Amino acid sequence: MIQILVFLPLLAAIVAGLFNRQLGNLPAKIITTGALFISCALAWPIFIGFLTGSAEAYVAPVLKWVQSGDMSFDWALRVDTLTAVMLVVITSVSALVHLYSWGYMDEEPDQARFFAYLSLFTFAMLMLVTADNLVQMFFGWEGVGLASYLLIGFWFRKPSANAAAMKAFVVNRVGDLGFMLGIFGTFLVFGTTSISEILSAAPGMAGSSITFMSMRLQTMDILCLLLFVGAMGKSAQLGLHTWLPDAMEGPTPVSALIHAATMVTAGVFMVCRLSPMFEAAPVALAFVTFIGAATCFFAATIGTTQTDIKRVIAYSTCSQLGYMFFAAGVGAYNAAMFHLFTHAFFKALLFLGAGSVIHAMHHEQDMRYYGGLRKKIPLTFWAMMAGTLAITGVGLWFAHAGFAGFHSKDAILESAFAKGTELSQFAFFMGIVAALLTSFYSWRLMFLTFWGKPRWIESEHIQHSVHKTPEEAGEDTTGGYHPHESPLVMLIPLIVLSIGAVFAGFAFTHSFLDSSDFWDNSLFYNEHLVHAMHEVPTWVKLAPGIVMLIGLAIAWNNYIRDPGAPARFVGQFGFVYTFLKNKWYFDELYHTIFVKPAFWLGRKFWKIGDVGIIDRFGPNGAAWVVAASSRFASKVQTGYLYSYALIMLLGLVAAVSWIIATAGQ
Amino acid sequence: MLLVPLVGAVACYFVSANAARMIALITTLIELVLGVVLWVNFDIGGAQWQFMERADLFAGFRYALGIDGIALMLIMLTVFLMPICIGASWNSINKRVGEYMAAFLLMELLMVGVFAAQDLFLFYIFFEAGLIPMYLIIGIWGGDNRIYAAYKFFLYTLIGSVLMLIAMFWMVREAGTTDIPTLMNYDFPADAQKLLWLAFFASFAVKMPMWPVHTWLPDAHVQAPTAGSVILAGVLLKMGGYGFIRFSIPMLPEASVYFAWLVFAMSMIAVVVTSLIALVQSDMKKLIAYSSVAHMAIVTAALFAFNVQGFEGAMMVMLGHGLVSGALFLCVGVIYDRLHTREIARYGGIAINMPKYATFFLLFTMASIGLPGTSNFIGEFLGLAGIYQASSWVAFVCTTGIILGAAYMLYLYRRVAFGEQKNEDAAAMPDMDAREWIMMIALAAGTLWMGIYPESFLAPMRTDIEWLDQRLEAVAPAGDAHLAMPSAEEQAAAAAAAEHHDAGEGAH
Repeated sequence: MIQILVFLPLLAAIVAGLFNRQLGNLPAKIITTGALFISCALAWPIFIGFLTGSAEAYVAPVLKWVQSGDMSFDWALRVDTLTAVMLVVITSVSALVHLYSWGYMDEEPDQARFFAYLSLFTFAMLMLVTADNLVQMFFGWEGVGLASYLLIGFWFRKPSANAAAMKAFVVNRVGDLGFMLGIFGTFLVFGTTSISEILSAAPGMAGSSITFMSMRLQTMDILCLLLFVGAMGKSAQLGLHTWLPDAMEGPTPVSALIHAATMVTAGVFMVCRLSPMFEAAPVALAFVTFIGAATCFFAATIGTTQTDIKRVIAYSTCSQLGYMFFAAGVGAYNAAMFHLFTHAFFKALLFLGAGSVIHAMHHEQDMRYYGGLRKKIPLTFWAMMAGTLAITGVGLWFAHAGFAGFHSKDAILESAFAKGTELSQFAFFMGIVAALLTSFYSWRLMFLTFWGKPRWIESEHIQHSVHKTPEEAGEDTTGGYHPHESPLVMLIPLIVLSIGAVFAGFAFTHSFLDSSDFWDNSLFYNEHLVHAMHEVPTWVKLAPGIVMLIGLAIAWNNYIRDPGAPARFVGQFGFVYTFLKNKWYFDELYHTIFVKPAFWLGRKFWKIGDVGIIDRFGPNGAAWVVAASSRFASKVQTGYLYSYALIMLLGLVAAVSWIIATAGQ
Repeated sequence: MLLVPLVGAVACYFVSANAARMIALITTLIELVLGVVLWVNFDIGGAQWQFMERADLFAGFRYALGIDGIALMLIMLTVFLMPICIGASWNSINKRVGEYMAAFLLMELLMVGVFAAQDLFLFYIFFEAGLIPMYLIIGIWGGDNRIYAAYKFFLYTLIGSVLMLIAMFWMVREAGTTDIPTLMNYDFPADAQKLLWLAFFASFAVKMPMWPVHTWLPDAHVQAPTAGSVILAGVLLKMGGYGFIRFSIPMLPEASVYFAWLVFAMSMIAVVVTSLIALVQSDMKKLIAYSSVAHMAIVTAALFAFNVQGFEGAMMVMLGHGLVSGALFLCVGVIYDRLHTREIARYGGIAINMPKYATFFLLFTMASIGLPGTSNFIGEFLGLAGIYQASSWVAFVCTTGIILGAAYMLYLYRRVAFGEQKNEDAAAMPDMDAREWIMMIALAAGTLWMGIYPESFLAPMRTDIEWLDQRLEAVAPAGDAHLAMPSAEEQAAAAAAAEHHDAGEGAH
């Protein structure tokens, strides 16, 4: 059954991808979407089995892969609680995104290719989460990278889309460098790449040391750090995050599936999967906590200034992933997975909602040209509302009831506080500040899009649509444009995900947070921390809710009550705004210190190294010598080929005569 | 097996163009079938040397053939690529077709001979003579600057082979035999080994090619016709690696260990430098040629890691790279046939008018980058894992190749296949025809097979590589990892601290 679940999307991708010309778009869409719904229908029973405790973890072998000396790894599918959670998330969101794309990509001529890529991605992601060894995980890891590359660059005529696709792949490769070295090191230390064997041996390795690149380090720390670099790349954490905002060049359903719900969470999944290993590596865990906390703050600050609706949500994703990582860093892997689970629903919802807005607004993505859309596209509005309430974590703390993000995010913050180390306190405060910023930018997005007066005519896309310039439109800032609600195939996924965003937290909070039976050793379950989490002071429990309200109030003040306020702020603190607007100048920095020097060095090595030195003093120099000497020996006029053959022949003759001579002795 | 191409070559020489094409194709296909028969009948885990043929010639020269798993795989690569080469030259070669086909078939004979030779001098003859048809192919059917390219090719190889020949004389004199399997077990005195090693190294490093003696390769590739490039990248480059694995390492183990640092240093430089150079190329063939140098550097570094993963990884990179770089040159050839330029800037947006082609090109680009599921991944992964066990520094530097490799290959693909159609003539190119499609699908199938189920390829080589590993066991240096477990006291202290920590948390 698990085999069908995993390989059906691959089969669909192959059929739709290779035979799209014979099939046409509609059959390709039916095949891929149908395959995904079947997979989804197979995934939920597995999850429910683990939820009720009736299922057992197992490994289903598929095919032998590599056997090289002591190193061997096979294709196999591992199913346990952790996998089951991911299976549900991946197949559900993917099936809904497939369905949504029927509407969103309706005008595309090349739909079969798009659906094939989507299914291919789903397959790779399933391989990643069912991996029983690190190498298969790496296979899935790279497979999703490939699909992400193809989908970001789906509109391959657009130079910006191509640049973004390539950037995503190359930046991820930097992370992969760490991941690969981590796998090699793990093999060196444990003599295996099997995850279960590594995890059972990991605690015994605590305290051992190893030399890595001439440095003497704690074995487990360096291994986990290397692996974590891979996670940073895939999950767009501080330093390797630059590809994620650019990835928004891809079609919006792709952003929802890959760059919000599934692929970018692979890093979190990896840390949780290897949690017994990370538990033996205190320095690595501290690093995870720090990076997570820093990213969650840093990305949220940028999110407050972006004007592209998708980029706001992209930075929001980056920030939410930061939460998950510092949760893992303090040892609350179950809380990290819980946030991963709820986040998948509400973030996919926000992206698909944004897609619906973009669809309604004739491909305009800039929020400055939205406004007043609440009444025009009511269903989209309510779906986005559910998503916003979920991400900002609205809930009633005394009743333990709220939207999805309320349960998971508060659990993370409480765990960080309960851990009680200095670093976890730092993470806690970063998380609180980020929660304020999250609330601010989420409501800012909502207010700019759905409230206020329409500002549509400023948009070039709308101008094209209604054939008017802003001057011609005059007072009528709508320009006579009529936003239309999306078709049913797009609304159904929004409705389903809204249900998830509202109830996923409440329904599963007990299993994820308080039940070691549910996890059944599929990740490191810290009993002490779970208890401590429930014992935190009341103000800690209240803090996220309070900052959420402050964020809402600031957003309301700036974008509803007094729309001139943001401009005044920019006038006063221009440098802060420019700094954030330019994303802390990471792109410029990397361009200056990596990209440019690489090309510069390449040219120098080529022109000076190869041509200038090696060729000049090598073959060309020799040619000069030959030419000079041949003036003296001009009688030996031979082509190079002949002289070569001659020398060889002479050599052979010499060999023969010499052997004859020695044989005679 | 050697006879078939010889007969074919002679026949080709004397018949008309079309007949020559047919004969060549049939001959290479028969060879392929023979190769498959060989593979099927190869007794995995059986005798080290199989299918032996021996005949004493004059004066101590012997005609001695026989293969082990390593040779078998390289022979398979050769016979697999050969029909594709003939197919690639089907329409693009129009002058002196008979001679061209004869040259190719002769080369096939010599290349199979290199991998099957069991006599030192027989090997030398095949090894060196194999280059003569290549000179002819570049020199007669090559591009505008073919003389310079052929000259460079010649000069580099000449110096190496002279030194190698001298070394061979010395070895034969010392050991008293020309039999390769015997020599592989012969222990030469350590001092002499170093000189011998350097002499062999001069030849193999050029063939590989290793930095800094790689500059002949880009020129040779650029000037060679498509099929010439395919066979050059696919098989001729593997002769260097085969040389290392057959001669340098087993015959001169102490010297190999002694000079490992040199190989590591050259490989590390090659990975970084040639990858960066590939990034700035504007000529497609040069770009892929430089990428070959970078890939071959991983082979050399992996070989000199002296462990099973390293050896098998190196072999798999050689096989995988043979397929993939051959396929990439074929990809270049397909569009070169249509537009007659290798200038990257002249293309653009060809995914629009050539979607099938773009799909295959993407597959091979990804394989070249080493995406898991393709042949190159298995090789690179095992190779780098092997290198890591020897030195984490070398592994780190070589692994940066995967970043740079992704950068230059995707940059190439983006400029060729993506974007808007800038040039009308490039936009008017028709998609692949049936002949091109069959060649591509064969290569694609091979690439994926090796990536998903490499066991078919690893199994025949396993015992030979284990033998090699044992041969090196006595002298192979320990890795630089120096894993150390904490002493008992430290462990007790750590456990106590952990307990204390837990207790503290519980009380919290």
